[in-house]
Amino acid sequence: MGILSIIIFLPVAGAILIALIPGLNARLTRYIAMLSTIVPFSLSLYLFGKYDRVLGGFQFEEFASWIPAINANYHIGVDGLSLTLIVLTTLLAFISILVSWKLNFRVRAFFAWLLVLQASIIGVFASLDLLLFFIFWEIEVIPMYFLIATWGSGRKEYSAMKYVLYTLFGSAFMMAGILALYLTTGTFSIPELYQTNLGEIASGILPLAAIFFLFIIGFAVKLPIFPLHTWLPDAHTDAPTAASIMLAGALIKMGGYGIFRVCLGLFPESAQEFAPLFLALAAVNIVYGGAITLRQTDIKRLIAYSSVSHMGFVLLGLFALNAVGLLGASLQLISHGLITGLLFATAGILMHNTHERHIRKLGGLARQMPVLAGIFFIGSIGAMGVPGTSGFIAEINVFLGAFSSKADAARVFTLISLTGILLAAAYMLTALLKVFFGSPKETFNHVHDVTRLEKLYCAIFILGIFAIGLYPKIITEILQPAIIALASLWGG
Amino acid sequence: MNSMPEMLTWIIPALPLAAFLMLLLLMRPLKIKSNLNGYVSIAATAMSFFFSTWLLVNIVQTAETKFIPGFSWLSLEGAIDIQVGLIVDSLTAIMLVVVTLISLLVQIYSLGYMHGSKSLNRYFAFISLFTMAMLGLVMADNLLIMFMFWEIVGLCSYQLIGFWFHRPPAARAARKAFFITRIGDFGFLAAILLIFNATGTFNISEVHSLAASGVIAGTTITWACLGIFMGAMGKSAQFPLHTWLPDAMEGPTPVSALIHAATMVAAGVFLVGRMYPLFEHSEAALTTVAVIGAITALFAGTIALAMNDIKKVLAYSTISQLGFMMIALGLGSVAIAIFHLFTHAFFKALLFMGAGSVNHSTGTFDMRKMGGLARPMPWTCATFVIGSLSLAGIWPMAGFFSKEEILLSAFNNHPLLFVLAIIAAFLTALYIFRAVFMTFGGQVQSRFKPHESGKVMVIPMSLLAILAISAGYFNATGGFLKLLGDDHTHSWIYGIFGVLGHPLAWASLLIAGSGIFLAYAIYQRRWISSRKIARRFGFFYTIVFHKYWIDELYEKYLGNKLLNSGLFNLFNKFDSKVVDGTVDDVARLNLNSSKILRLVQNGNLQTYAMAFMIGVAALALMVILVN
Repeated sequence: MGILSIIIFLPVAGAILIALIPGLNARLTRYIAMLSTIVPFSLSLYLFGKYDRVLGGFQFEEFASWIPAINANYHIGVDGLSLTLIVLTTLLAFISILVSWKLNFRVRAFFAWLLVLQASIIGVFASLDLLLFFIFWEIEVIPMYFLIATWGSGRKEYSAMKYVLYTLFGSAFMMAGILALYLTTGTFSIPELYQTNLGEIASGILPLAAIFFLFIIGFAVKLPIFPLHTWLPDAHTDAPTAASIMLAGALIKMGGYGIFRVCLGLFPESAQEFAPLFLALAAVNIVYGGAITLRQTDIKRLIAYSSVSHMGFVLLGLFALNAVGLLGASLQLISHGLITGLLFATAGILMHNTHERHIRKLGGLARQMPVLAGIFFIGSIGAMGVPGTSGFIAEINVFLGAFSSKADAARVFTLISLTGILLAAAYMLTALLKVFFGSPKETFNHVHDVTRLEKLYCAIFILGIFAIGLYPKIITEILQPAIIALASLWGG
Repeated sequence: MNSMPEMLTWIIPALPLAAFLMLLLLMRPLKIKSNLNGYVSIAATAMSFFFSTWLLVNIVQTAETKFIPGFSWLSLEGAIDIQVGLIVDSLTAIMLVVVTLISLLVQIYSLGYMHGSKSLNRYFAFISLFTMAMLGLVMADNLLIMFMFWEIVGLCSYQLIGFWFHRPPAARAARKAFFITRIGDFGFLAAILLIFNATGTFNISEVHSLAASGVIAGTTITWACLGIFMGAMGKSAQFPLHTWLPDAMEGPTPVSALIHAATMVAAGVFLVGRMYPLFEHSEAALTTVAVIGAITALFAGTIALAMNDIKKVLAYSTISQLGFMMIALGLGSVAIAIFHLFTHAFFKALLFMGAGSVNHSTGTFDMRKMGGLARPMPWTCATFVIGSLSLAGIWPMAGFFSKEEILLSAFNNHPLLFVLAIIAAFLTALYIFRAVFMTFGGQVQSRFKPHESGKVMVIPMSLLAILAISAGYFNATGGFLKLLGDDHTHSWIYGIFGVLGHPLAWASLLIAGSGIFLAYAIYQRRWISSRKIARRFGFFYTIVFHKYWIDELYEKYLGNKLLNSGLFNLFNKFDSKVVDGTVDDVARLNLNSSKILRLVQNGNLQTYAMAFMIGVAALALMVILVN
């Protein structure tokens, strides 16, 4: 068993342990959960350091025959992008455990589901076999359903069911795409498919462009892309903080990763043909999503809608179909994971301590909670893409790539999307103003500021945001081979 | 003087950065609340000032431009490569000295002005970060890196305007300042995208040489220049992006002196100056710069006449003076624009410090509540009058020499711009002496017991007063302008006295003098009643008093009615009613038609797991069969 498999299955082992040991107390549960996340995190950092950046390509591959009859295999491995996303996921999983440290309702089930969720997301990023990829993609729905429906708030059952139905809707298309591809080529192996020029296979059961769309609908639900996005605000808002962090930080990244790996990697001609459509949708995500964010009155829903806008940048960078755009999109996947993770974490602390989530009823809290105000400020400048934060370096590359794209009207869509930086400033500064600034309110006079544990996990996020923002090479160097290879499909 | 080792150039921005980190990471956790915070950042800025001066002296001696290579910040093989390096030329060196000197004096002044204020740590930390970013901005040899410092400068401005965040107007002003300047940054960023797309580089001197050799030309250059200028309009508060600066006066007064008078707002002028080799190739862009500058100079001057808050008068005055600098740039002289930037930095910082000193003593900025402060506050009064004379352009003050150059250049090039500029110059003298007489003339209102500010505030003001008089003499032989590329040297006697031989000098002195006299007649001697004037020119007064209703237009109509409550609200409703509503309808339809299937949804985990396994098995089976 290789290190990559350990990273995937150790959380599962932890979950089984928590579920099966009779009468396990809450304290021990937490420690098992922490151990089952901190070890994978350390191991993924180890792989991150060990990945050969000159050689590039898929590394740490593991292969075992799984269903020989259909040539489906347990085949995993990572390149720079998937490895970085795995580091992000294991980090967020670890922080999610810390965030939920004081939870005391059905503790065992909560942590068990959280661990299963982590394993399935990592599985998606590590899979090099499409069937395996699909299985992991599907498993994720179950823990997320229970996390939202059991430990959530508001219309939690509605939001959880909506999430499940939406995902299944998308997956149905994706399954059809995988089958069509399999029936055309006879393989599920992603590396093998990369070697095959699909354009030369004449007798496919479906036109290539149709398969491309089957896949992208599945990914579009996850990313999300307008008009398939409305599950996101509900799910993010009603989920417990830890699940919101996993959902916004890691889970929706599966959509962007899927487009990068499958839609662009396997269907470069279709991607090129339909690039203007997706650039236009990206602009809609950014501007329309950002405008709606400005109207939100619930602090969590505001952060949730901002994700719709920020994921538009991922789409814009991906369909620029050049190296700089792909770099920007990849950076945005990582950066948004950290920034939104931090924002959801602070929103969680805010709601827990003040028992209030309506922006209009909050206000003046910078006096009573100065440290939390400072942390939220840092999250906000990240979301606004202020230089020095990871948000800036991601967005600037997206813009540079998209503006230089060869697609029709790419410049127009880029300039429209550029207004996203104004919208982001408007909604984040307004949230800061309404929640933290202005005259302090007496009702919040006895509210506690952040605890030491909360400071610790917020500090981890902040460190990541500034490390990438100030010295992007720590991740651009590992991303480079994968991006250069993909961009070469369209001539660089 | 020995030439400064190249590596030492990096230390100029590094020192304030070190002070920022020390304040934030060391002194904040230790909860040190005394003036010690200030000493740390003052020491760092003082050393930066020392090195900047050394660098300027070197530049004056050798007159060469140096490029100091740095390191690769971001690169992707064959696609993008961002190298961080420094440009050291006369433009940079002058800006370095201005920024570090004003920052130093403002921080010393702050020890007195901010004494006893809470959160001194945060205050000095952000002043240090601001100083670092401002220095980085003027030294960067790369457009993208420059943009980064440009935005960080804006962020520090946001933090410091909103320093007293518990006061709602301050918090709102901070948001407004960041947002409006970001509208300008939208243009700046678009220009960067365009330039990168056309040239493949962000390196400023490479871009300049590509423009010189005609690789980029025509509309590309014009659009790039207009985008860059939009950024400059935001930061330098040029019409129509000026509305944030008067509101920014909600920040502590030393901050207004440093950021909103002398340095950050001048960054727009610096930016156009730095990119001038690009502007040179676009007549349309240069004309835009000059016209916007002239409109702004005149327009802001009229509003300054009607303000009763002394800081607002100074804010509109700053906007107007920045307009003068833009006129100079548009007419093709970077040297003259930077000369005015240079003298303006001193006298305007001085005037703000004076306003702060008055406020420190009386507790108000409202000039209607002041009066008679000349006697109890002699130093403040004397220095304020010096600053005002300099601003009004009275010989032999610094402001006279730089403003004279601008008027002369307009006179020679463009009669209409000259007329606008000379009217603006008249308004300048009128509004600033209106402020002088309202504040220092007349009788003390009984409820105040005004007193002079302490030495720690008076000394920086006195030093600035000396510069407000003498900064113009740096160009007595034409040396200052020559350093920046204009070449007309002469003897210092001619430089200081000879200008009076030109009729234009007499004309502008007459105009300024009559402005001062009018202010004297109305506000000191009250020969003419200001109320009567307001009534006589009622229509005009109303317009000016309401600042041409531009704030209402932006905030109430464009921002709120058209966008926020209009379009954005429509989007929001569309999203929940139409996009999401459709999904819910489909779901409801399914729900009603599949009540039988509900039996499966019994909430039992085992059933779900079982169903899931069956599903996977069925799919696998299907695959096998089809195969």
